[in-house]
Amino acid sequence: MVYKLQKIIAMKEYLLGNVAIARGILEAGTRVVTGYPGTPASEIVEALAPFARKYGIHVEWSVNEKAALEVAIGSSWAGTRAVSVMKHVGLNVAADPFMTLAYTGVRGGLVVSVSDDPFCHSSQNEQDSRRYAQFAGIPCLDPADPQEARDMIIYAFELSEELELPVLLRPTTRVSHASSDVEVGQIKGGGTNPEFTKDPARWVMLPAHARTRHTVLLEKQDAIKTALADVPWNRLVLRGNIGVIASGISGLYAEEALKQLEADISILRIGTFPPPDGLCSELLEHVTKVMVIEELEPVLEEYVERLARKHNPDLELLGKRSGHIPRVGELDTFQVRNAIAGMTAMPLLEVISVKEADEILPPRPPSLCPGCSHRATYYAMKKAFGKDAVFPSDIGCYTLAVRMGTIDTCLCMGASITLASGIRFAGEERDICCSIGDSTFLHTGLPGLLNAAYNNARITVTVLDNSTTAMTGHQPHPGTGFTVTGARTKAVSVETVANALGADFVVTVDPYDLNATIETFQRAKECQGLSVVIAKQLCGIIARKSGIRRRPFTVNKENCTGCRKCVEFGCPAIEFDEDSARINALCTGCGVCAQICSNKAIEVVE
Amino acid sequence: MRTSVCDIVLVGVGGQGVILLSNIIGKAALKAGYPVRGAETHGMAQRGGSVMNHIRLGCEYGPLVPAGGADVLLAFEPAEALRYAHYLSEDGIAVVNTYPVHPTTVTTGQFTYPSLEEILRPLQRVCNKLKTIDATKLAADAGNPQAMNVVMLGALSEYIPLREEELIEALSVSVPAKFLEVNRRAFELGRREV
Ligand code: SF4
Ligand code: SF4
Repeated sequence: MVYKLQKIIAMKEYLLGNVAIARGILEAGTRVVTGYPGTPASEIVEALAPFARKYGIHVEWSVNEKAALEVAIGSSWAGTRAVSVMKHVGLNVAADPFMTLAYTGVRGGLVVSVSDDPFCHSSQNEQDSRRYAQFAGIPCLDPADPQEARDMIIYAFELSEELELPVLLRPTTRVSHASSDVEVGQIKGGGTNPEFTKDPARWVMLPAHARTRHTVLLEKQDAIKTALADVPWNRLVLRGNIGVIASGISGLYAEEALKQLEADISILRIGTFPPPDGLCSELLEHVTKVMVIEELEPVLEEYVERLARKHNPDLELLGKRSGHIPRVGELDTFQVRNAIAGMTAMPLLEVISVKEADEILPPRPPSLCPGCSHRATYYAMKKAFGKDAVFPSDIGCYTLAVRMGTIDTCLCMGASITLASGIRFAGEERDICCSIGDSTFLHTGLPGLLNAAYNNARITVTVLDNSTTAMTGHQPHPGTGFTVTGARTKAVSVETVANALGADFVVTVDPYDLNATIETFQRAKECQGLSVVIAKQLCGIIARKSGIRRRPFTVNKENCTGCRKCVEFGCPAIEFDEDSARINALCTGCGVCAQICSNKAIEVVE
Repeated sequence: MRTSVCDIVLVGVGGQGVILLSNIIGKAALKAGYPVRGAETHGMAQRGGSVMNHIRLGCEYGPLVPAGGADVLLAFEPAEALRYAHYLSEDGIAVVNTYPVHPTTVTTGQFTYPSLEEILRPLQRVCNKLKTIDATKLAADAGNPQAMNVVMLGALSEYIPLREEELIEALSVSVPAKFLEVNRRAFELGRREV
């Protein structure tokens, strides 16, 4: 999708949070933008790509988050403003440079924009990136809405330069994927002429230098607090002697709840970490009871508890640890209102449920698209390996195939190959066939494959190569031959890489050719070493966008015995009507169901 | 005390154009001078899953409509209307496209899809007014079944504090010019139907 940044003519526009962040990045005169796709962060880089040429910005989809952050660090050390964009779990991949970066510090302003995902809308965990900022000892900004996200990222670059530290911007799903009216400013040209200045004591983290820089970092902690003391995103309104302290978007939920309740309750809204000691202690000294409202970890709550020991030891402190605010999932005004009402003995709103919705509705989980080649690959895999084999898998659209029985694990990016190796080394004797998408393979699958080859893991690795990063919105990657801006570049061949890393058997197959795919899996299974099967077929959505049209298929009712074999395959284009199968208008003509039907009842529409 | 002028919850199936429609409403609201907050579903759920967007006109708080708070539930699909019925306020209006889209759990025979009657009865009970509309058919009449979301926009326009010109203007900057005629017809058919 192309996000329209340029069309911002009026100074107020209806913008997606991520586009507002992108706009802030442009306004700040940033020269280098890096990132790896991940929901809910991807649109930031996508929105900037079309402006790379016009504003002289280097924008890239990096191979993974570690590469992304390191590229951005290099640019900052050379003196330009740079930003690296990722989702929360991406920061785990980039944690190695991130932690030491706090020691070295930065030259050009460097912002790491990390989107958290309370409720795991599209993620494998609910980790809280504020913890990372705390862990590294750097400032963190926690926007409540798209406007704050845009304003904060501009400020983040200034703060980063002032403190010579990286700054973490931490939007959440309901900020990144919220839309609202956002006021924007002018776009600045990209800063001064950059030049890397040699300074080994600063950029070479030998132990002796690192010890010195650790001290420098610790000494900066007070400067961080001073700098954040009067930013506009920390606000205190003193009313009655009961109070709430709420961070980021929870602050908006709390404000709305207080308005609805018309309650005489003091409120402190927090937009920074570390929080402002001055405002916090002012509130703590004013109240007898306070509730800390935040999503994810009790980061703010722990901070307030420490401050309260000094400023109000008798304070009654409510929050996650008292069970008033959930630690799992996301908040909304309804929950926050009831939490506040409960604290002040006001009547609670009843949780509304419509029982029929639970009783009669069929679930509608997301599923692989009609004609998606992953479905065909997994069908063939199961045919060749049987349902008793072990099938570690990875992160991508293909994880949606979990009901097919060929997804036994999903841990983190790239873990399929290494988990498969570990399961083998543990002594598991059954066949092991893991699967990983092309983008994920190039992200962190490569070292896993090398590790498997080096340590002689007898496993089969399937690379589901559909020439895109499908799940996050079809971004290009190093195998596609295109960069984020659409420019042509080298295309890495998965087959060549797999051979070079030491696989004993490497075969590429078209999953739409079911028999050939089953036969390839059988050969891979018999291989006594490390086998790699590359199932190569364009993602259905990319195929459609690039104008590929195949003739659809139909069921010849005379031959259909109603055996349901094709229905069980699970393509959303196949339905069952009383006693025979039927193919609906969603059919993309992949032809796989026709190969599954043993009664030759599925035919191409001529 | 009210904290928003009009809270709308839009629900449907990934691929039905829920996000596009929320954006059109958001832009129109901006034209009308309202502060506006929206929450969108991107990512995983879009692969044919159940999708919900919120949009709050004249609101300066968070983007999520609280359960029991929606003034309008605009459902592109009947089962999805019932799935999110708990968002409706007692005084709210449900506008429901009656054309069902069967999830894979139904096409593969694991679950059955309830009758329209079974879906609408509880909906009727929890809100003030229920409006049904065969938007998919009306879109086809307008010249493109894909314009179903715009038929729904036309229907919605009768119940929200935005003027037709504002919505049409936002529509015309959001869809390719060559589809504008069909979309205008779709809007008009939807508006007249309710
Ligand atoms: S987006 Fe592509 S890879 Fe993902 S389910 Fe659809 S066809 Fe398959
Ligand atoms: S040919 Fe069969 S499996 Fe392929 S998209 Fe059509 S109905 Fe689905």
